[in-house]
Amino acid sequence: MTSSSSEARPPVAELERVTRVYHMGANEVRALDELSFSFGQGEYWAVMGSSGSGKSTLLNLLGCLDRPDSGSYRIDGTDVKDLSDDQLSEVRSQKLGFVFQSYNLIPQLNVLENILVPIFYQDVPTPGAEAYARGLAERVGLGRRLDHRPQELSGGQQQRVAIARALVNRPTLILADEATGNLDSQTALEILALFDELHAEGRTIVLVTHEPDVGERAQHVLRLKDGHIESVERGRQAAPPTGLLRPGRIT
Amino acid sequence: MSASSRPDGLRFRQGLLIAGELVLAATYWLVGDNVLLRFLLIGVGALAAALYLALAPGRGPSLLRTFRLGVSSLMLHKLRSLLTTLGVLFGTSSVIAMLAIGEGASEEAQEQIRQLGSRNVILRSVKPREDFATGQQAVRVVSYGLTEEDLARVRDTFPAVTRVVPVREIFDEVRHGSRAMNPRVLATVPMYREVTGRVVSEGRFLADADLENTANVCVLSDEVANYLFPFSSPLGEQIKVGGDYFTVIGTLLSRVRPANDAAPAGSSTAEVFIPMATGQKWYGDMQVKIRAGSREMEEVELHEIVVEAARMEDVPLVAAACREMLARNHAQSDCEMVVPLELLLRAQETKRIFNIVLGSIASISLLVGGIGIMNVMLATVTERTREIGIRRALGAKRRHIVMQFLVETVVLSVGGGLLGVALGLVIPLVVEATAHMRTIVTPSAPLLAFLISAGVGVVFGLYPAARAATMDPVEALRHE
Repeated sequence: MTSSSSEARPPVAELERVTRVYHMGANEVRALDELSFSFGQGEYWAVMGSSGSGKSTLLNLLGCLDRPDSGSYRIDGTDVKDLSDDQLSEVRSQKLGFVFQSYNLIPQLNVLENILVPIFYQDVPTPGAEAYARGLAERVGLGRRLDHRPQELSGGQQQRVAIARALVNRPTLILADEATGNLDSQTALEILALFDELHAEGRTIVLVTHEPDVGERAQHVLRLKDGHIESVERGRQAAPPTGLLRPGRIT
Repeated sequence: MSASSRPDGLRFRQGLLIAGELVLAATYWLVGDNVLLRFLLIGVGALAAALYLALAPGRGPSLLRTFRLGVSSLMLHKLRSLLTTLGVLFGTSSVIAMLAIGEGASEEAQEQIRQLGSRNVILRSVKPREDFATGQQAVRVVSYGLTEEDLARVRDTFPAVTRVVPVREIFDEVRHGSRAMNPRVLATVPMYREVTGRVVSEGRFLADADLENTANVCVLSDEVANYLFPFSSPLGEQIKVGGDYFTVIGTLLSRVRPANDAAPAGSSTAEVFIPMATGQKWYGDMQVKIRAGSREMEEVELHEIVVEAARMEDVPLVAAACREMLARNHAQSDCEMVVPLELLLRAQETKRIFNIVLGSIASISLLVGGIGIMNVMLATVTERTREIGIRRALGAKRRHIVMQFLVETVVLSVGGGLLGVALGLVIPLVVEATAHMRTIVTPSAPLLAFLISAGVGVVFGLYPAARAATMDPVEALRHE
């Protein structure tokens, strides 16, 4: 157990002079330009910016779906540059949880199976994953709908399943991409409350959004513009109690 | 170091050889001595093993779970999956049905030839082509054919000949009471039955004593017996051949005819056998045939000589000698020669070609079925781009995606293959019942069809699966 000082937490994700360039025909678009930043353990960040500011690119890099053209990215101490495609997949299945805007559940699987997909692809499946998945479903309020298919659920319910799925592998970093973008405001608040809860548990969350009121709910806000950091707004809320439960090792 | 590693290397090589022998023995046990099929079997097996080793993760999702996932994905579009399997289904069933029908037809032909005796060479008298030199004549005598001299020559001088059987054919009506028919009346010797391998069904065949006594006895083929004596045993009864009465001493099983040959009584399987000497006594060498508008006299000493070679290997030798003899002594080509063994070999060759042609036609339909599957799988991959992106984002490796789609393709093609095998086993039964054709399903046919369909699944599934696996996860996730 580390000390509960809110300042010097070990970084979960560390970007160093990261550049990502897209080639659109003859044009060169620098989606991220020498960006350096680190996300500390247990922090809840909202990444904001207008479209084209590079926030999606940042999310893809953080999620190990993409690799930087230059600079380095370390997740949980591992540099992704040297990793093969298979190893990146393994990192995703062990350390990351994704929540997407359009839920992205797999239609032919039921709720429980959807939650278990990340476990399915682990080289060494986390023991007791199914019981844990049931617990998660219970927790997001879908304990009675384990055998329902995604198309039988409302948008809010689907997103709850997606959040449960993002937690099932006990990730070190949870990435959410406009997680409330497709939901009505009431449901969006419920989902955001869920994120608050996760934050309160000490999990590290990076939430990409362009909605100011969503961004305000987060602990810290990172604003991007044209691939650069525009502003960093830290600690507008007091950090919730952490350290009792180390993320990634919750049992 | 080297001293200890050498025996190991040797043992390894020996082990490999033994394993190879075992594989060969296993394929032999499965499909018999069919080089093509065994090669195919080993090929498919090796491909499957290689794929499994390359793709099956020692860890991660088990093959069973991937299989269950594949099935549930396919069940999401039941009609589409069913329609996709139809191509392979019909391909597989047509391979089996065609091979079964081909096999049956050739087996039938071969059996007919085998009845002539595979060690025999048959010489026959043939009426030479008439030329118009003689002009219009009401009555004339034609003299042609094999002679007693030929018989003696073959019997006394040819090497490797064990038995020689003369046959004379008599053209006359056979009647019993009010029933009459025109079977082939054959005057021959007791050896005839053994040489041609005919089977006595009742009583006995001609004996030497019958010849010595020039007895008026006869043996009927079952067909004649059934026609003349529909309700009773013909044994001991008298029938009339031409103007004379003959006592029936036995019956022979008729030669097998194609089941669909609805030829009436009087065809070549209706036969009456009488002793050679008796035939000679009553008919001499001269025969009268009454044709429309003219009477024709024919003088033929022997209609047929059946030459039996000592062994099957001697048949070509005996055949060559007979051919030589016929060429020398029958310049007007009033004889022909039938070598059942040659016919048999030719029939087997025909069957082989037939099988290849039928097999390749059916295989093309399997290929088309495979292309159909590939087409659908490519569409499926595009349709499920987003799912692929999700799975990749959640930690699926490329090989997991390959396995997922490959398993789906193989489930489709093997499912189609299994249904096709079932249908392919039913079709020959239907053909047999409706068209009265003989069909033979060799065990290798369903196996071959099944293996090809499984192979089709793997081969045609690889490309769509590879396409799915090489998608960029970011792009795939963005796909609508």
